[in-house]
Amino acid sequence: MTVEAVFRREYGRCVATLIRFLGDIDAAEEAVQDAFTVAIARWPSEGQPPNPGAWIVTTARNRAIDRLRRESIRDERHAQAHLLYGADAQATDHNAPAQEETVPDDRLRLIFTCCHPALNQPAQVALTLRLLGGLETPEIARAFFVPEATMAQRIVRAKRKIRDTRLPYRVPAEAELPARLQPVLSVLYLIFNEGYAATADSLMRLDLCAEAIRLARVLAELMPDEPEAQGLLALLLLLHARSAARVADDGSLVRLAEQDRQLWDRNLIAEGQAIVRACVQRGRPGPYQIQAAINAVHSVAPSIEKTDWHAILTLYDQLYALTPTPVVALNRAVALAEVRGPAAGLSAVDELRSSGLDKYYLFHASRAALLRRLGRTTEADAAYATARSLTANPVEQAFLDAQRATLN
Amino acid sequence: MTNGSVIDMTQYMLALYRDYAAPIPPERTEQVWAGVNALGDKLADAGAFVFKGGLNGGPDSATVVRQSGGDFVITDGPYAETKEHLAGFWIINAADLDAALEWAKLAAAAELRPIEVRPLFDGDLDDAIRASAPGAQ
Repeated sequence: MTVEAVFRREYGRCVATLIRFLGDIDAAEEAVQDAFTVAIARWPSEGQPPNPGAWIVTTARNRAIDRLRRESIRDERHAQAHLLYGADAQATDHNAPAQEETVPDDRLRLIFTCCHPALNQPAQVALTLRLLGGLETPEIARAFFVPEATMAQRIVRAKRKIRDTRLPYRVPAEAELPARLQPVLSVLYLIFNEGYAATADSLMRLDLCAEAIRLARVLAELMPDEPEAQGLLALLLLLHARSAARVADDGSLVRLAEQDRQLWDRNLIAEGQAIVRACVQRGRPGPYQIQAAINAVHSVAPSIEKTDWHAILTLYDQLYALTPTPVVALNRAVALAEVRGPAAGLSAVDELRSSGLDKYYLFHASRAALLRRLGRTTEADAAYATARSLTANPVEQAFLDAQRATLN
Repeated sequence: MTNGSVIDMTQYMLALYRDYAAPIPPERTEQVWAGVNALGDKLADAGAFVFKGGLNGGPDSATVVRQSGGDFVITDGPYAETKEHLAGFWIINAADLDAALEWAKLAAAAELRPIEVRPLFDGDLDDAIRASAPGAQ
């Protein structure tokens, strides 16, 4: 394995452990980066240690202790002396084998710290990618189309708030867990969607989908008893399975109905389906599990016509009962159109107009598609035009233009 | 950042903000008084209480003093032109932000108003000045 591959795989785990040792994020990042610098210098000639992650943790910790010792001699800072004794005491007391120093909970603590509700969501996303994903600030900035200085500032501010407010570094207690897990799941889903929404000019973009899945996998492994963590992983796997079929050669968007299902990734689908089955057996449904189940139904269908729309409609009913949002209602109406016909679907869509959904391009795009099926071409054209005016995404715009062009 | 095992405390300010144009309805003032008194007892029993203060009068009672050159300018009115103004505060001891947020939930429930939680600086003042300097990390 190259040092770079070790870095991608182990960075989050190492930083998480060093934060626990040092009680400070910046010091932990610095120490882990130092250790990787040593690894780059030594591993090619001396060979890679059998457990590279544990080697990085040990090296990083020793470097951090050296650094603190030097600094505390230099300016006699009480805080650093205190920190040094704390870290030293821990190191000598335990004197444990390197492997045991990586407590599995460390990454979980870090996930909950990065996604603490006291931080705003853009900061949660940036910190998660930076500290758990090991991504560089410029990479994250490019991925979110934000100037590098803005992203750097966002990360600095979030770290400062964590330090100044003494934001705790721990996994929340059982009672708080449902509420605290919510922002964690949202952050991973948002990272995935950010990658999923970008298609045409995504060449320069980081593979956010793969990163979100990697992190969702970590979360699902660390929280095997949280069905929604499993549900999120299943949902991302099932959506990602379609990515090769979602974009045409010219970069345009291909809808589910027109996708070449031969291009779907069968391994990802099988993994996602297995998780969905386990969730169903567990019987503690939640929004992510239900969305995963909906996509599992799509994943077994040979075509859009031969899809079990009754099952999908039932799942949307369940989803709406848990999260009664206009967007869920819109998706339910689209499923209804497949079960009871476009007229029933259209009246269900039209009922949602007053819900604020008429600012949302998919509301008009869905209406347009149903009007088209009903032969109401003029109204369909107007609805496509409205949808077009409500999206800034060039891929979606091109899709809507193409739909309009084929109306007559 | 804390890992919860160390029992040293940080002081936090729980600041109560209110819109003086929208007073608590008279039929609920009893409830608020009772809730706030009960919270005071709870804070005291937990050893978390440090100090509290309620501001007399609304933003109308505020006066701002600014140094301008070698002189001072005194103006009527609150510092910030906002709808909601500081109305009172508690200073409490808490182990970390989560513990402070738990007290803030009780305070928000008792006051029927939002509570802003801020940490008080607990290091040396030089660090505080350096941290607030422009461009500080």
